[in-house]
Amino acid sequence: MTDTAFYLFAAIAIGASLLVIAQRNPIYSVLLLIASFGALSGLYVLLDAPFVAVIQIIVYAGAIMVLFLFVVMLLNAPHEDTDYDERVHPLLRPGPMKLGAALALGLAAELGWALSRGGDTGAFGDAKVDSVAAIGRSLFTDYAFPFEVTSILILVAMVGAVVLARREDPR
Amino acid sequence: MVALNHYLVLSAILFSIGAAGVFMRRNLITILLSIEIMLNAVNLTFVAFGRALGSADGQIIVFFVMTVAAAEAAVGLAIVIGLFRHKESLNPDSFASLKW
Amino acid sequence: MPFGITPELIAQITIIGVVFFALQISAAVLVYMERKVAAFVQQRYGPYLVGPRGALQPLADILKLIMKEELRPKSADTLLFYAAPVLSATAAFAAFAVVPFGADTTFFGLLDRPVHLAAADVNVGLLVIFAITSMGVYGIVLAGWASNSKYSLLGGLRSSAQMISYEISYGLSFAAVIMLAGSLSLREIVDHQAGYWFGFIPQWYLFIQPVGFFIFLTAGIAETNRAPFDFPEAEQELVAGYHTEYSSMSFAMFFLAEYINMVTVSAVATDLFLGGWHGPFLPESLGWIWFLIKVGALLFFYVWMRWTLPRYRYDQLMAFGWKVLLPLSVINLLVTAAGVLYFGA
Repeated sequence: MTDTAFYLFAAIAIGASLLVIAQRNPIYSVLLLIASFGALSGLYVLLDAPFVAVIQIIVYAGAIMVLFLFVVMLLNAPHEDTDYDERVHPLLRPGPMKLGAALALGLAAELGWALSRGGDTGAFGDAKVDSVAAIGRSLFTDYAFPFEVTSILILVAMVGAVVLARREDPR
Repeated sequence: MVALNHYLVLSAILFSIGAAGVFMRRNLITILLSIEIMLNAVNLTFVAFGRALGSADGQIIVFFVMTVAAAEAAVGLAIVIGLFRHKESLNPDSFASLKW
Repeated sequence: MPFGITPELIAQITIIGVVFFALQISAAVLVYMERKVAAFVQQRYGPYLVGPRGALQPLADILKLIMKEELRPKSADTLLFYAAPVLSATAAFAAFAVVPFGADTTFFGLLDRPVHLAAADVNVGLLVIFAITSMGVYGIVLAGWASNSKYSLLGGLRSSAQMISYEISYGLSFAAVIMLAGSLSLREIVDHQAGYWFGFIPQWYLFIQPVGFFIFLTAGIAETNRAPFDFPEAEQELVAGYHTEYSSMSFAMFFLAEYINMVTVSAVATDLFLGGWHGPFLPESLGWIWFLIKVGALLFFYVWMRWTLPRYRYDQLMAFGWKVLLPLSVINLLVTAAGVLYFGA
């Protein structure tokens, strides 16, 4: 039963990600990525990490993707415009096909080689769902410093985003 | 039975797909989306290993990765907006010259 | 019994079916209640022709909506245009799935083991509700985009910006309740509110957290785009905002989604602050009656707000959310944390 669930979620995640990079229209890309995140959230539940699963939906699918969607809608430039023929699919154009595909295939080959050389990592041990309380405790004691630094990071990002996206005042 | 290897292979596939998107697409927003795919693949690896080693550290690192990804997406999109306002194009090739 | 179909499984499936249909019926009841309350507030009669005292008016409304012509603007994005109301309604129903509405029951001894009265019982239930509520934003923003019309796009963007702004105060206000109860499961939060102080004051979190309750309800009203925060869909301001171009069943789905979101916010507020299904005079197994009464009271409050208060302008609305409600909820959280540390909860 869990095996079927794993393969189902994995298939959705891979399929949706492939479609994300193959879509012309960025809005569809964003929506497909949300579907992929949903599948990943399911995988986290299968890995006994309910907290990460839920914050994946809240943070990634619920906030970051909304940001992407807003930007795509406000910029309103749905299609890639290049020097090439407009009707050719973005992935089939000469430049990307030659070098980009080679690089991506090289990366995939490298990862496959690394995985095949790894030892037999075998099945998982006993299930031990870390409760949210345990994660919170660990976050505020062992990882308290990164936690505080992250809050400063978010503040910096907020200020930066507002300043960068502000319209120049024509005074 | 689903072993750790299955998750690692899935994560590698997702990472390659994200990398392919970054290399092959010529639209700034799609490139940012592909970066998010890569970050998610890495998150999956962390959680899988955390589960295999029986520690909560995997989930905590994922927490931080998500936060950093959010901050990066916000600033990246602000930059995209600024660039778009200047050149009316989302193609990275139109920003090839150093002249603003 | 074949294939492991135990009585508990049948009971669980029945409960899921009951929740699903009860939500739809509650939307219909809300339609009626809204029009009657609006009428009384405005000193007129309201619907009274269809059925006794107009009680069958929602049925007439639904029949009318089903039989209307389904229109679609020619340049609208077909897939997204039809997917948006479905997304809204799905998120609305799914959010209610983890809300418990009664104590564990054995249905008067028919079952061997007690079964939870909720469609699904998860131990991170509160976070799941929050997650699904944030997914509800997509229905609105996609409806605004897919209609390919100025009013819809503006309404959709404003509405979703409002929703994500008030989500933060929403989350912080129930973070304070989580601190008090020490658990994320709604069932355990309700169980912490059983019992009485001095014999007659119920131990609801409302009395420990009045500010939190106010923030939660205000953010909830803003989340569901109801008055006084309904600028993005106000008839006088933006034609009808994100659902301008919708008609017939698609419009009915948005309508349904809005009412069910109202019911969910009221139900969660009841579970978090008003003690859920605990109440005097009734045995625990009939606690769902108290739950219904409390949710009904909150829904009445919702409808009453709409017809009493004037609407906030959009910039006032956003300023209120970011500059008043957010600092207030952070201070509430800090004070609660100090209290928990000092009094040991």
